[in-house]
Amino acid sequence: MSAGPVVAELREVKGPSAVGGGWSRFFELLWLMSVTEFKKTFFGTVLGYVWSLVRPLMLFVVLLLVFTQVFKISSDEVPHYPVLLLFNIVLFGFFQEGTGGAVTSVLLQEGIVRKTQFPRLVIPLAVVLTALFTFGLNMIVVFAFLLGFGVGPMWTWLLFPLILLPLLVFTCALAMLLSALNVRFRDVAIIWVVIATALNYGTPVIYPLKIVPETLKHLLVINPLTPIFQQAHIWMIGPEKTESVYAAAGGPLPLIAAAAIYVGVCVAGVWVFNREAPRIAEQL
Amino acid sequence: MGVEKTFRIPTHRVDSLKERLTTFSQQDFRELHALRDVSFEVRRGEFFGIVGRNGSGKSTLLKILASIYAADAGRVRMAGRLAPFIELGVGFNNELTARENVELNGVMMGLSRRDARSRLGAVLEFAELEEFVDLKLKNYSSGMLVRLAFSVMIQSDAEILLIDEVLAVGDASFQQKCADVFYEIRDSDRTVVFVTHDMSAVEQYCHRAMLLHDGEVKSIGDSGEVARSYLRLNFEQAPGGEADMGGIADVTLDDVWLEDGEGKRIVNVERDTELRFGAGFEAHRAIEGPSFGFSFVNADGVEVAGFGIGLSGDVPDRLEPGQRVRLGGRIENRLAPGRYVVKCWVHRDHNYANLVLHSPQVLDFVVYGDATAGVVSLDHEVKARVEGS
Repeated sequence: MSAGPVVAELREVKGPSAVGGGWSRFFELLWLMSVTEFKKTFFGTVLGYVWSLVRPLMLFVVLLLVFTQVFKISSDEVPHYPVLLLFNIVLFGFFQEGTGGAVTSVLLQEGIVRKTQFPRLVIPLAVVLTALFTFGLNMIVVFAFLLGFGVGPMWTWLLFPLILLPLLVFTCALAMLLSALNVRFRDVAIIWVVIATALNYGTPVIYPLKIVPETLKHLLVINPLTPIFQQAHIWMIGPEKTESVYAAAGGPLPLIAAAAIYVGVCVAGVWVFNREAPRIAEQL
Repeated sequence: MGVEKTFRIPTHRVDSLKERLTTFSQQDFRELHALRDVSFEVRRGEFFGIVGRNGSGKSTLLKILASIYAADAGRVRMAGRLAPFIELGVGFNNELTARENVELNGVMMGLSRRDARSRLGAVLEFAELEEFVDLKLKNYSSGMLVRLAFSVMIQSDAEILLIDEVLAVGDASFQQKCADVFYEIRDSDRTVVFVTHDMSAVEQYCHRAMLLHDGEVKSIGDSGEVARSYLRLNFEQAPGGEADMGGIADVTLDDVWLEDGEGKRIVNVERDTELRFGAGFEAHRAIEGPSFGFSFVNADGVEVAGFGIGLSGDVPDRLEPGQRVRLGGRIENRLAPGRYVVKCWVHRDHNYANLVLHSPQVLDFVVYGDATAGVVSLDHEVKARVEGS
């Protein structure tokens, strides 16, 4: 055995898993898949980028009219409400696109899952990453509006990653949880549409937190998205006439509950996905 | 302990949360033992065939080797990088160009992105698709797709290849090219696990082979021997499993084959070409009014065509023990490209109720060529003309 070629060692084949096949392959595939998906949306049609903006912008115009003309949110009470609204729509759009797209992702990639040894986790995470790219592009417009409406530039804008990171982690965890569950229970996707809509209203997206009645406000803070959005409001639009997250919570309890839910969802996402990953191919 | 795999197939599948929450009864499962104590060894550089009838566990085994399914018991060990594909063209994205797909597929095979890109030239050259590098795959013909897919797999440099019946694809010249590659791989360091129904391919390429039957290893060893035991297994099926119980069947089928227009035996058939069919029977007991029937069943289990015939010529309508029957003739080949199995039966008294032989799978073959819609291709003279011209 001295002069022969280098012979690879016999290694145990571990079977399918969430990451299977090494981390470098995992990240290469994740990157390729999300870039591909992103390209398809943006370069597939002539107006690709414009189209991706039309949806949040239309929503923005409609809601702006409703809240300034019908419900009369005054600019004295909530400074820069229009920019806040646009920013929130774009931010929540990322969460909604990431989770909503991920739910059915594993099911839609059936061919890949059943016929190749593909790291299963790449599939839902690629959806989130694609949503993140879109979000990045949309943020260019948001910053243009911020400057246009005379907000900032502020040094707290630099803290934005501190808001995005927990939101990204939360979105990924939900993407894992939902995509794995949807293989087993096909109605998870339908249920999630309803829950996501409820979350849209249960998070201060279209309304500022400060106009919510006290007790309801404390309840809203239990939703882990609320503290994230409220902090984003403070750092991105400005702290003037905006309550701190702690003040809105009215005490530590709602915040502890929110943190518990947050951690719970993250743990559940990782646990469920890891548990289901080896069997996903059989259940499709 | 060998590799085991059992599927629990619910008699009623609960696949929604709603049902799960509203159904209180315990779920019933039927257990399907897809693999039972399967144990084998393939040496480096070996071309190893796995044969067996549909449902014998071949694909399950391949999926366990490829880490698509998890084994319930036993373990698999491998040395070297595996091309984790069991079917050609999986993972191709129709919206992307060949260039992008080759990169994506290469990465799925375990190459780095840079390596995958550097293979592009070789891949396209082998597939003879250089001119179409920036064409989206949705505009490729099925033949082009298969060529590209095969080429990606061959050029991936994986040390271990799992190949599930790919020979019968593409046109005749590409088939020849694949055959050349197979011979090359056969004599190289690369290891191949090859699943097929085509016994001549097994004898041609494989150093050794294994026969799976009902999830168990029936035989393993010399490829010629394994191919013969596969054929024997297919022919020796009497109704009600008489042969299994030690009884002698009234009639046995000793050979079945396909021929092309020139009378050459063939394994796979090009679409719309002349097809001839032959079979040999031997009677072991007297059979009054024998009829022989065959039908072609496609991959979806649909009986596409069939025929039944009695003895022809000026002979008594009965078979004596020891008499042999040779059946043969031309069949109009209208079968759409795809995989087919041939089902065979014999009954007495020209009565369908009196089966004396029934073999659900005496032959497998593939009709190759450009795909059509539907299960048959009809002769047609249909024209579209602009009105008024």
